[in-house]
Amino acid sequence: MMKSVKKLLSRVLLLVVLARGLGCLSGCHGSRGLKEFVMPETFDTSQNYEITFWAKNDTNRTQVDIYEKAIADFEALYPNVKVVLRLYTDYGRIYNDVITNIATNTTPNVCITYPDHIATYLTGVNTVVPLDELMADAEYGLGGSEVAFDAPVQDEIIPKFLEECAFGGHYYALPYMRSTEACYINKTFVEKLGYTLPEKLTWEFIWEVSEAAMAQDGEGNFLVNGQKVLIPFIYKSTDNMMIQMLRQKGAGYSTEEGEIQLFHDTTRELLYTVAEHGATRAFSTFKISSYPANFLNAGQCIFAIDSTAGATWMGTDAPLCDIAEEKIVEFETEVRMLPQFDTENPQMISQGPSMCVFNKSDPQEVLASWLFMQFLLTNEVQTAYSQTEGYVPVTSKAQESAEYQDYLSRAGEDNELYYRIKLEATQLLLDNVEKTFVTPVFNGSASLRDAAGQLVETTVKAVRRGQTVDEAYMETLYRDTMSLYRLDQPRSQSGAAVSAEEDLGPLPAASAVLIGVLVSAWILIGLYMGRKLVTARRAH
Amino acid sequence: MKKLTALLMALLMVVGCVGCGGKEEDINKKSEGVMTYAEYEAAELETKVTIEAYVQAKQSWWDNTATVYLQDGDGAYFVYGMACSEEDYAKLTTGTKIKVTGYKAEWSGEVEIMDATFEIMEGNYVAKAEDVTSLLGTDDLIKKQNMFVAFKGMTVESAAIYKWDGSGQYGDDLYFNVSLNGTTYTFTVESYLTDGSTDVYKAVKELKVGDVVDMEGFLYWYEGVNPHITNVTVK
Repeated sequence: MMKSVKKLLSRVLLLVVLARGLGCLSGCHGSRGLKEFVMPETFDTSQNYEITFWAKNDTNRTQVDIYEKAIADFEALYPNVKVVLRLYTDYGRIYNDVITNIATNTTPNVCITYPDHIATYLTGVNTVVPLDELMADAEYGLGGSEVAFDAPVQDEIIPKFLEECAFGGHYYALPYMRSTEACYINKTFVEKLGYTLPEKLTWEFIWEVSEAAMAQDGEGNFLVNGQKVLIPFIYKSTDNMMIQMLRQKGAGYSTEEGEIQLFHDTTRELLYTVAEHGATRAFSTFKISSYPANFLNAGQCIFAIDSTAGATWMGTDAPLCDIAEEKIVEFETEVRMLPQFDTENPQMISQGPSMCVFNKSDPQEVLASWLFMQFLLTNEVQTAYSQTEGYVPVTSKAQESAEYQDYLSRAGEDNELYYRIKLEATQLLLDNVEKTFVTPVFNGSASLRDAAGQLVETTVKAVRRGQTVDEAYMETLYRDTMSLYRLDQPRSQSGAAVSAEEDLGPLPAASAVLIGVLVSAWILIGLYMGRKLVTARRAH
Repeated sequence: MKKLTALLMALLMVVGCVGCGGKEEDINKKSEGVMTYAEYEAAELETKVTIEAYVQAKQSWWDNTATVYLQDGDGAYFVYGMACSEEDYAKLTTGTKIKVTGYKAEWSGEVEIMDATFEIMEGNYVAKAEDVTSLLGTDDLIKKQNMFVAFKGMTVESAAIYKWDGSGQYGDDLYFNVSLNGTTYTFTVESYLTDGSTDVYKAVKELKVGDVVDMEGFLYWYEGVNPHITNVTVK
């Protein structure tokens, strides 16, 4: 079931190549791209529109039901608009399909995506609609007078979340849901090992407990769980791991202008630590071993770091589980903020789906799309969807609603809607919004993110396979990773690697003359051959 | 003259038959430095392995990596994300012999070869599905992991759904339950291996509760046995 994510993750690599191809195509299209969107004066309800919505769900039937209900409710308000839903369970797949469809002008109208990905979509001409004008429009903008539902006004979108959707001087997206990462812990095992679980985790604590847990008996059973399998610490998204560690260390990752800063000495230090604990097998990753939740619930993991949007899979009583019931172990589950280097100044990533509108030749179709996207910010959709996982609604209007407040107050009432772990994970983000951050968005930032994770994955694999991790290894790792993700090439102002397809300005005069001479020569050859043919026919 | 011609033809047939017999290859024979299946099976996880086997199915190609099922006379291999150009992928037709070097790994119970490279060898072998119905529910089933296998006379317990919880759409993986002797198992039509355009995908979509079916497919593992079906016949 969840295994399908693994195969999709491996495909992310191709996106780098596709993105490059897209750059080429946009260059080829040039002025033939779509015209800039112009806001219509009114929404034409006499015409019918069919819009496509590419949505991401977490392989969660309830989330799909919420999308379907939202569509039905929207269509009831706007009978001239039909919304066609296409489901995905992976952001990478949406990204890939959007890129493929930009070339043929068959993008969806609305899609769930990451800002990093939008930066690549923007390499097309007027592909993504800037939302500034739409948002501010008095009639059809956020909470506008002509909007047929109770939409939030701009001030009601959590400013921090909205900021994440602005780049290049415009808003190109709206947040849909927000999550962060959390550490899900087998507290029973932590205490069995003689430790007390602190309120704020440090990396040092996690490494120490993880190593302590590796003690085995003479038959190879781990003392803490009595099983032959134990990976004390598993991290799901190693790109996030590296990004957050660097941020907490105050070390560079990238600049807003797209300068790559990842490959430096602090990263090396972090990788040496990763190597140390990867070598003892106290640490592993999702890509190498499998889902942290599977190991945690089987009593084979102590610290599982995953998204708060994965909280319903975590713990003995988790409502969702991929392993056989007989493999589930009873233990006390706790949720904490991910480990910090400085607990007085915690830093954690902000993530979660955003939404963008793609441009079309008919501005009315774009306006219909915008209205639908706005509908997804209404309280009913926001509260319903956020309750399916450890998501947080992106509007204060929804967060402060009586229904949502009631939901938050009922943590632990059951192991379904009010599953304690899910609600604690949600609360973790609600309490720490100001401590969240996002990485700069530019054309190429998605590749940089992949590279950050690859450094960790490659290093863990290397030590598991008995390779020596030393300075020579690090040199090679940096060089290979930069090359693989094309991060070693000169970058344009947009941050993208400068490619051969990029506009290199007007031809030098000498080149223009040479081409002119060649074209003239071919014309003369053609004329000569033509004349010769006519002469020969006349001779016959 | 007729007699001579007949004699020559008979001679040619005999020679031809002898020739065919001579070409019959030993599918378990390995080149120098290549592991037997038993050696591969005994190898520790994370160690470098080199095997020779025959392509039984191609699951996917993406970004110059291929995922394939291989088999020899003794056992089967799942090679995940093997370095492979699109041009070479086209050459990996069913039965093609390849030599693979990579690292043995395990992901949620599925033993696989990762980070591999390969070369195409002389030789061809297409495995027949081995009936493992009687092994269902036993500890011996895992010994057949990744093999092309058959399950016979199983009863459909639930109609196929898109993704494990029904949250998908046409074209996504199909999950359906079948039972044997009172025990229920989840089988899958893996959409990369056999997509929505294939006969098996369409046939599984049409299965009804109570249908008795024979199935063939690959013995994939995900937190337990999770066969990826490539053929189904309603009895």
